[in-house]
Amino acid sequence: MRMTVGAPSSLLRPPTESSGLAAPAPKSRRAARLATMGLAFVLVLGGVAVAAPWLAPHDPTRQALRERLTRPTLEAADGRARFLGTDHLGRDVLSRVIYGARVSLVVGVAAVMVGGALGATLGIAAGFRGGLADSVIMTLADAQLAFPFILLAIGIIAVLGPSFPTLIVVIGLSGWVTYARLLRSQVLGLRSREFVEAIHALGGSVGRVVACHILPNVLSSLVVVATLELARAIVLEATLSFLGLGVQPPTPSWGGMIHEGREYLDTAWWISTFPGLVLMLTSIVVSRTGDWLRDLLDPTLRGE
Amino acid sequence: MRLSGDPVPLLLPPDAPRSEIFRVRRELGLDRTLPVQYGVFLVNALRGDFGRSIHFREPAFAVVRGYLGATAELGLTAFLLAAFVAVPVGLLSAVKRNSAIDHIAMGVALVGQSAPTFFLGILFILLLSLKADLFPTGGRGDWTHLALPALTLGAFAMASIARLTRSAVLEVLRADYIRTARAKGVAEWRVVVKHTLKNAALPIVTITGLQLGTLLGGAVVTETVFAWPGIGRLAIQSIYNRDYPIVQCAVFLSAIVFIVINFVIDLLYGVLDPRARP
Repeated sequence: MRMTVGAPSSLLRPPTESSGLAAPAPKSRRAARLATMGLAFVLVLGGVAVAAPWLAPHDPTRQALRERLTRPTLEAADGRARFLGTDHLGRDVLSRVIYGARVSLVVGVAAVMVGGALGATLGIAAGFRGGLADSVIMTLADAQLAFPFILLAIGIIAVLGPSFPTLIVVIGLSGWVTYARLLRSQVLGLRSREFVEAIHALGGSVGRVVACHILPNVLSSLVVVATLELARAIVLEATLSFLGLGVQPPTPSWGGMIHEGREYLDTAWWISTFPGLVLMLTSIVVSRTGDWLRDLLDPTLRGE
Repeated sequence: MRLSGDPVPLLLPPDAPRSEIFRVRRELGLDRTLPVQYGVFLVNALRGDFGRSIHFREPAFAVVRGYLGATAELGLTAFLLAAFVAVPVGLLSAVKRNSAIDHIAMGVALVGQSAPTFFLGILFILLLSLKADLFPTGGRGDWTHLALPALTLGAFAMASIARLTRSAVLEVLRADYIRTARAKGVAEWRVVVKHTLKNAALPIVTITGLQLGTLLGGAVVTETVFAWPGIGRLAIQSIYNRDYPIVQCAVFLSAIVFIVINFVIDLLYGVLDPRARP
């Protein structure tokens, strides 16, 4: 059961064919270039999110009912054009997309950190303690992977009510298993090595072993997993916001905007389409960046 | 699930006397402590009794069962669509490796794997229903109603299966026995269909089964986008209505379906790969 249920989809990606006799160098150079471009995209998105107040041409929450459902236009009425049109309350779509990047990135990054911290702790605990703790933690991981998480997320949010911290914790919880497995296997490999026992014998603590010998070993794998998880977290946040369980109006979020624009698809396609396209682009670029980083840093992570 | 708030005020008029509120609460069993409520739920669930829906005033299981057919129809269509499109595409991609077909197919698969399901649904509605007027935007009816939701729901599975099929087939094509088969003059299509596909079947079946499970989760989103009257949409609406028995019943049934699917896959291993037999 463990093997069949295991593998989150991101790690189930098939191994790209190893080119046999051909030298791997050009391929990894290409991966490096692509990964750099992907990281640049994330940095630009981060920059946009930070600089939103200066970049956005309008106040993202200001309603102007007389200008509602304006088509995207390059003509400026008051010196500042509605490049992407306005929504059903007359709010500027471009400004809302720009501010929406804040929500996506803040929730995404925070969720990745929550999931990473939790997963790493549990993984290390499972690896070092072994026995019952190990069984309990890994069974929990299997149980979670065995169940469509979106249902669980919806249930938890329905209980606690939608809010930023809830959203971050729930999305973080959805991703801890990958980190836990990674660190557990790493700990199991190192636990009985002589140098670890030597550190113990000399009075070094478990914390020292983890900080000095385990984390440096898994750092590159952690970066890869975190990047793939970031893409997943951003999409999950948008999905929950779309269902009305994530970020609440009037705070602009991409998922929420797509939800609001759904009723106006027939007359005002731009309300849903632009945030959706940005979301799709972000998701594709970030997850591809994770793949390229994996090719570059850690070929052993491929497949299961 | 029961912590999210009291459903009783939603049921009664706002000027109901307190005694009335307490009476309804006792009637629904909400006055007991949480562990007791959970114990009662477990015992009853095992007997197929999920309590009465607070909103529909009917046994929850009967309500959910009424929606089950729609979800099964959508899920199975999406799954068959995914499997029967993805496996041939992946195979073709692998055999014609690095050709234009390969690049296009894998490019589309990448987008399909990364694109958020709900936005894909919105895009389909926008382009194929509203602009091109080929399909209805939502609801359940003949096959035209089914086409877009099934495509949306199946997109992720299709992309994953196609990519994995391609790499599994490529892996097998490198094996010695394939070279032997070619060397002794077996026709190329026979090599591909008989020798390769059979040996690549194991990972393909694994991921296909896994995807069948994720379809359950995806159904929640897809059904909401297309107003498809299945249990996913029912669950979401019941959360808004604080109709716990329905939510519990829907989640419980999904979990059981998921477990059964995993069990069947484990059994299939033994059939496909004699080495995996105990």
